[in-house]
Amino acid sequence: MVSNLLILHEAPALGLQLVIDGLLIGAVFALAAYGMALVWGVANIINVAQGEFVMLGGLVAVYAAEQGAPVLLAVPLAALCLYVLGWILYYTIIVHLVGRDMFNSVLATFGIAIVLQQLMAHVFGSADRIAASGLGSWFLFDGLVAIDKTKVLVFAACIVLGVTLSVFLLRSRQGQAIRAVAQKPEAASVLGIDTKRVYGLTYAVNAAICGAAGALAATAYTIHPYGGLSYTIRSFMIVVVAGLGNLGGVIWAALSLGVAESFAGFIFGAQYQIAFVFTLLVAVLVFRNWRLKRQRRYLA
Amino acid sequence: MDETRALTPKRCLMIAGLLAVGGVAPVLLPAYQLQLTELLLFMVFALCWDLVGGQMGYNSFGNVLFVGLGMYAAAVVQVGLFYDVGLYNEARGGGTDFVFNESQFLTGLALGIPAAALVSALAAWLLGSLVLTMRGHYFAICTLGLGIAAGQIAAGIPWLGAGSGMLTPNPPDSLGHVSLLLYYLALGLAVLCTLTFAWLLSTRFGLTLNAIRDDEDKAEAMGIKTHAAKVTAWVVAAGFLGAAGALYGNMVRFIDPIQTAFAGATIGVWMILMALLGGKGTLAGPIVGAIVFQLTKELFWTYLLGWQRVALGLLIILVAVFFPSGLVGFVRDRKRAEGKP
Amino acid sequence: MTSLLEQQALTLLLEAVGVTKAFGGVVANNGVSLAVPEGSIVGLIGPNGSGKTTLFNAITGAIPIDAGAIRFKGKDVSRLLAGDIARAGIIRTYQQPRIYGGLTTRDNVIVSTAVRTTSFASLFGRARHHAEDKVEELLDFVDLTGKAGILAGELSFGQQKLLELAMALANEPDLLLLDEPTAGINPTLINDLIDRLKVANNALGVTLLIIEHNMPVIMGLAEHIYCLAHGRLLAEGPPDAIQNDARVLDAYLGAA
Repeated sequence: MVSNLLILHEAPALGLQLVIDGLLIGAVFALAAYGMALVWGVANIINVAQGEFVMLGGLVAVYAAEQGAPVLLAVPLAALCLYVLGWILYYTIIVHLVGRDMFNSVLATFGIAIVLQQLMAHVFGSADRIAASGLGSWFLFDGLVAIDKTKVLVFAACIVLGVTLSVFLLRSRQGQAIRAVAQKPEAASVLGIDTKRVYGLTYAVNAAICGAAGALAATAYTIHPYGGLSYTIRSFMIVVVAGLGNLGGVIWAALSLGVAESFAGFIFGAQYQIAFVFTLLVAVLVFRNWRLKRQRRYLA
Repeated sequence: MDETRALTPKRCLMIAGLLAVGGVAPVLLPAYQLQLTELLLFMVFALCWDLVGGQMGYNSFGNVLFVGLGMYAAAVVQVGLFYDVGLYNEARGGGTDFVFNESQFLTGLALGIPAAALVSALAAWLLGSLVLTMRGHYFAICTLGLGIAAGQIAAGIPWLGAGSGMLTPNPPDSLGHVSLLLYYLALGLAVLCTLTFAWLLSTRFGLTLNAIRDDEDKAEAMGIKTHAAKVTAWVVAAGFLGAAGALYGNMVRFIDPIQTAFAGATIGVWMILMALLGGKGTLAGPIVGAIVFQLTKELFWTYLLGWQRVALGLLIILVAVFFPSGLVGFVRDRKRAEGKP
Repeated sequence: MTSLLEQQALTLLLEAVGVTKAFGGVVANNGVSLAVPEGSIVGLIGPNGSGKTTLFNAITGAIPIDAGAIRFKGKDVSRLLAGDIARAGIIRTYQQPRIYGGLTTRDNVIVSTAVRTTSFASLFGRARHHAEDKVEELLDFVDLTGKAGILAGELSFGQQKLLELAMALANEPDLLLLDEPTAGINPTLINDLIDRLKVANNALGVTLLIIEHNMPVIMGLAEHIYCLAHGRLLAEGPPDAIQNDARVLDAYLGAA
């Protein structure tokens, strides 16, 4: 570990590389986190299957790419498939959980996650997959720093998607309905908004977002049927840090997480990357709670 | 006081009956000794989760942390009393260099189990002040993080065998049926755990836990020392989880840091599922849940291999959606609806 | 302080001095001062939004104050946390009754008996037999003996309020803060409630500070009344003085 730190010290370009890599993947985290915050804020449900949705999106995109479809088509395809799945899951399972103790939704979506994991492994096989587009990289500082072009495109696409989503929520009628229900479900229902449908729409939109994020991620990073949990944890961590309804916070937290993971992976070694993420999570929660305690409120 | 907490004669008879069954089971069904031992340990896992989760309202996703700590602590004591742990793990614990004779093995076990309980309890006490100030899903995720991080960290410690794990001491052939010994130890632990919790829940402390679950701020505002109560429950549960972990480790022999010790995705979640399946917030719930779960799991893993996780996932969904108060809770609710006004 | 207190030179159980609390831009309490003599019944009135519940929250430590001091039995408690303040002897009830819904009515009282004064270790005694007489007495006091075995969550609103009162009394408070005790209670039962509060004050020696909107009730019950409006102390005095105070009438009628 110390030797790795020394390397960083001697080759600052490497540090820059880590920062860039971190930022680029951070955008994917941000998208997934945004979706989770949406479902949480609107329907008071924590979707533990978030990571599995991302993985599924990625696998669909990989499959499509292997069948010869261009990347540009794979992403919307994945989003659409997940959107449909989201509605199906909502009307079969999630609809029963709305308004109940949040723990029920945690358990139920965990169940969904387990089911999806093994189903994905059956359908797609459990090997690592990637839909590499082979675009190559830009190089800086005499080749010390490589900026993968695909990852940059992914980053840009995530931003575009995020902005589209925000506009949708702000401007469109359905988006406004979603926001109304998030703030005051009883009032919204009295005003004629079908809250059940709104919750369903929110869940399905979240699934679509994850699908798109996964599809994008699959172009530059490996996808694995059992790789969802870390995405779920990351999303949760980001939402906790940023607070619900704080899009700026989500972006900032997600990018920071990406960079932090990037450095941790290098300094501590890849096998400790996950340990680092979770330890960071614990530290963040403890710190946040301590801050709130001074105001005599609790993280709850 | 609420009748469901009392030790009625009917209850005592039931408990005695279960004990009798438990006592002879391994003799009648020798082929299932391992599964029965596992069942008893699962009961302890579920009961412990329920004490902090169902009774007190702090749903932890990381109790597996204490199971794993117990597993390793016991193994380290069992080995460390006689050999260098580091060397033992380097040699993958086998071979002719590291032999344990009868007295060594038994001493190791006798000291290892309490040590496991103590280590876990201590860890719970240290972590409690930090973690028990959080509530709801924050507490849940924080504990999940602890459980998983522990596994990853353990996988990186060469002294403990790192990613290749650690073997518990090889029981000497002269000892005979060690699995039977483990079974009765597990039975003893399960009984001890049940009785301890039954007692705890019959005291005002038990009521305090429920009060914290129902309205913690109100309890605080009434002068109840909520922090002390929370830490106590957490430490007690951790102690039993550690002891159970010690037995579990000796049962499976091979302790893999991520798949066995800090198995968040399996044992970690299963204990929650069992408590919920049976009915959280009741004493019988986790026990019933463990039995039903173990049966189902064995069925799934035997007959639906390859799809067993799908089946398990569906079961979880079913329970969460249709039986939020579990089997015992479901029966209780029906009785309450028909019976008392 | 008023002449009532100067004349009688009573011990002040609770003193709030210049309590100020703001939430963002809204100043809920602006330099509010009041005093509650030991053994008395003091009323706190004012139109909605005048800061009464905020003051209660400040006294019980549920929220920190921005300025001022709160003294209980002579000691400053404004920096203490809610649990410590409760253990010092201040217990409150809420507008919406807060009880432990998953426990039976009787268990709610049992878990509340003298908690603040007994040790943590004593919690490990058998609950069933803990202070049995006292518990039954309290249940009888609030007429809930018949409902003792029912889950508190299934009691009616009025019954829950009574249970909350029983729980508070079980805790043997020195000072009991009641937030609108008659709100939502069947009017035919209000007199019973008033009698109970009087018994609590006389026989059990509990000092009462009561927020009320029901004027006949509070005028008949309290010895001294404070009226808040827009976060400030508007007027104070004995019931007859307050009833005829033009400012108070203005505040209520012209509340806008």
